[in-house]
Amino acid sequence: MAEVSTIVYKKTKGTDHVDNIDVLSLAPRILELLQGVQQLELENFSMEIGDLDLFIPSRGLGHTLNSSSLHPPLPSKPTEILHESFQSRVTRYPGHIREVMLGATKAEGGSRAHTIIIGGSTTPAYADALILPVHPPAISLDVFDMKVSLPKVLRENVADVMEDPAEWARMNVKKFGADIITIHLMSTDPLFKDASPRQAAKTVEDILQAVDVPLIVGGCGDPKKDAAVFTEVAAMAAGERLLLNSVTLDMAEAKTLGTVAKAARDHGHVLLAFTGLELNNAKELNRRLYEYIPPEQIVMDLTTVALGYGLEYSFTIHERARYAALMGDTELAHPVISAATNAWAAREAWMAMAPEYGPRELRGPVWETVNALTLLLAGIDLFMMMHPASVLTLRDVIHRLGSKGSTAPSPARDWVGARIS
Amino acid sequence: MTDGTAQKTQRKKSIREISPIDVYKLLPKTNCQECNESNCMAFATKLVNGELMMSDCPPLYKAEYQAACHELGLLLAPPVRALTFGTGALKCTIGGKYVLQRHEFTYHNPTMVAIDVDDLMSDEDARARVHRIEQFTYNYIGRTLTLNAVAIRSVSGDPVTFGKMVKVVAGTTGLPLILCSLDPVVMEAGLTEIKDRHPLIYAAIEKNWKSMANLALAFNAPLVVHTDGDLALLRSLVKTLNACGLTDLVLDPGTLAEDGLPETLHALTTLRTAACRDFDELFGHPLLGVPLAVWTSEEISMDVLKWRETITASILMSRYADLLIMHSLDGWVLLPQLIWRFNLYTDPRKPVSVEAGIRTFGHPGKNSPVLITTNYALTFFTVESDIKVAGLDCYLIVVDTGGLSVESAVAGRYFSAESIVSAIKETAVEDLVSHKTLIIPGLAARLSGETEEATGWKILVGPKDSSGLPQYLKERWPPRPPA
Repeated sequence: MAEVSTIVYKKTKGTDHVDNIDVLSLAPRILELLQGVQQLELENFSMEIGDLDLFIPSRGLGHTLNSSSLHPPLPSKPTEILHESFQSRVTRYPGHIREVMLGATKAEGGSRAHTIIIGGSTTPAYADALILPVHPPAISLDVFDMKVSLPKVLRENVADVMEDPAEWARMNVKKFGADIITIHLMSTDPLFKDASPRQAAKTVEDILQAVDVPLIVGGCGDPKKDAAVFTEVAAMAAGERLLLNSVTLDMAEAKTLGTVAKAARDHGHVLLAFTGLELNNAKELNRRLYEYIPPEQIVMDLTTVALGYGLEYSFTIHERARYAALMGDTELAHPVISAATNAWAAREAWMAMAPEYGPRELRGPVWETVNALTLLLAGIDLFMMMHPASVLTLRDVIHRLGSKGSTAPSPARDWVGARIS
Repeated sequence: MTDGTAQKTQRKKSIREISPIDVYKLLPKTNCQECNESNCMAFATKLVNGELMMSDCPPLYKAEYQAACHELGLLLAPPVRALTFGTGALKCTIGGKYVLQRHEFTYHNPTMVAIDVDDLMSDEDARARVHRIEQFTYNYIGRTLTLNAVAIRSVSGDPVTFGKMVKVVAGTTGLPLILCSLDPVVMEAGLTEIKDRHPLIYAAIEKNWKSMANLALAFNAPLVVHTDGDLALLRSLVKTLNACGLTDLVLDPGTLAEDGLPETLHALTTLRTAACRDFDELFGHPLLGVPLAVWTSEEISMDVLKWRETITASILMSRYADLLIMHSLDGWVLLPQLIWRFNLYTDPRKPVSVEAGIRTFGHPGKNSPVLITTNYALTFFTVESDIKVAGLDCYLIVVDTGGLSVESAVAGRYFSAESIVSAIKETAVEDLVSHKTLIIPGLAARLSGETEEATGWKILVGPKDSSGLPQYLKERWPPRPPA
């Protein structure tokens, strides 16, 4: 995120000059102008969202209002309830999030038992009781292709399968109910084992045979090596509609982005466009990808930071991206993914602490769960997770929030007078 | 939507729509410079950006500007009113929200967290519990996170028992109090014991609003208005209580955990949206969430109940609750709430990064260790806090990684042998110490080989988490000379 930023309105190719001042003067009135409007189409218009550089003191702006001056007491107090009505209003947005299909069945050219569609939102997540999510967010569980150091609390659930990625994937699906499997090809990292693209493709092939759910294939972060690996994997698994995790602006710089994007297009896969908490970069990366691949084959990773280590930046970047997309910014109208497992980077998740903070066996999964739930509210469509308790909880909340409640709302139980141990 | 109140007044402007000119028009326009600004227009700009307060303009409060001052107060008032309960330095301020989404401006007045005691507890147990509430703290990047209030529940339903418990708790702590009973007779017994403590009253409902309104007026106490999810009734009650002369109100549409969670989430979202987007004054009050409600279920496993309580609390906090009443005092339930609150209420326009360069801690000498980390604000603050707490004497090089944490910066090649080479050069650290040994973060271990080659320095791989630094330095510093 830039330290000093401004709102910048950028012309798209071939548009007429849009005067900044004109747009800025329109901005405050845009809500008024949109009142009663059901749909808004912005043509040949793109906008880069930046931050307004403001300094706000925590105590607020206005002085405390003298309450009596706002609502002078009436001469006589009411003796009956003064009835008011309230009609909850449905807000319609001009934009919507694209739908992206992951995995392909035999009929669709792949070998998965079923496909998963993410995206499609027409409102901010869970903002409106009357508008349910088009597709419930999906959950992927992680598998690593080499022994990695995991926090103790995570390791004990998977200790038996850590040497066998295929078995690990099977367990994630059968035992923990993964919708999707993410295979992280850590061994391809030139600074670790530098495994070859061919070896990596073999691992992916093994996983494809072990489970019949859609796959996410993770690289090592090296823009050149990842390009070689993804290209090989894309060809080997042609038609499977894998989600390649991830493509970056570093790849553009290393001149490997086009290769990967073309491989994904030619072999029918989906790209995960990864950027670090910066919407202008996310938009730029997407624009570069549009040159090669249909937008319906792009998912965004705007970066998930652990609770306590900057989750608020992730929360806000997702709220901003979703709102901008719904207001018509098509360059941000892609489904988004969150690596909720990043929560385990926080020491509060994995460290043994003083007894008053509780055992890490509870603290760890709570950390992953709260991380995921917080971003669920900001609009995440797909989660990468690890702890079984977090997965269960998230699935449960997604289910509750995604279904129309029972017709008769359950009355609140009396907590005031409840005897609680 | 029908809104009698809104129809009478002009539509309120959002804080983002107010221009310095709007503010300037209402200032004295004398350019007296009492605010230390060069003129009234400069003051207006800072006022609308939140850099200065109305009270920074003393002349505004002269009798001749009374009308303008009042109007300016209305113009700058947040769509969600703020109120306080409790007294003294520990008093809680809740509400005062300007916007629905944090990035539109910033959130003010962090969600206050209250923990309950009930009136069937022995005095001894109640005092012990209150002490635990007071003593629960966590040191997070150099700040002390704490709980904020005590909610006293009338379980007995007996005025004498309740009054006695209120007296015990008030005598034990200076924390703000929330008195919880739907029976006005019980409530009065409690209020009578703490006339000068400005507690929050829970709650006025359809059946008791008249008596509760009288108590709130008589004891000058803010009042929670509760309905079971019926928002029209909630609006009606607020309007009625306003007509009684009460404006310090908190809204509680009822917290339903588990199956009712969507309803609660949508109720809070609807209330806050109506206040911040439609400027519905009747809904422009702080919101209450009660994660404690999970404890009324049939579930018997304590850990399951605590798990539900932490999940519910975090969702309610993200979705606009200004005050939470909770039951569990377990650290693993409370830590995520207190940390998330701290994060959610930071100014989103604050840079993610700190300045690169070299920092000095304690009194380092020529043989003191040199550490290196990235300029991501939270990485830096965490490392800084760990070094300070341990009282280490050392140098810390902060590399410009574009505000990325160590792990991301290594993956993205922002934290690399090359960037470390230039950081060593730019900080002239070679002039500060007489050795050439650099301790890199454990999460950057894979860089050690190439960095050693590129810099000519000996690279030691430090702990993965900076909490391990004291132990690490104790064991590994000074480094043993090669045999």
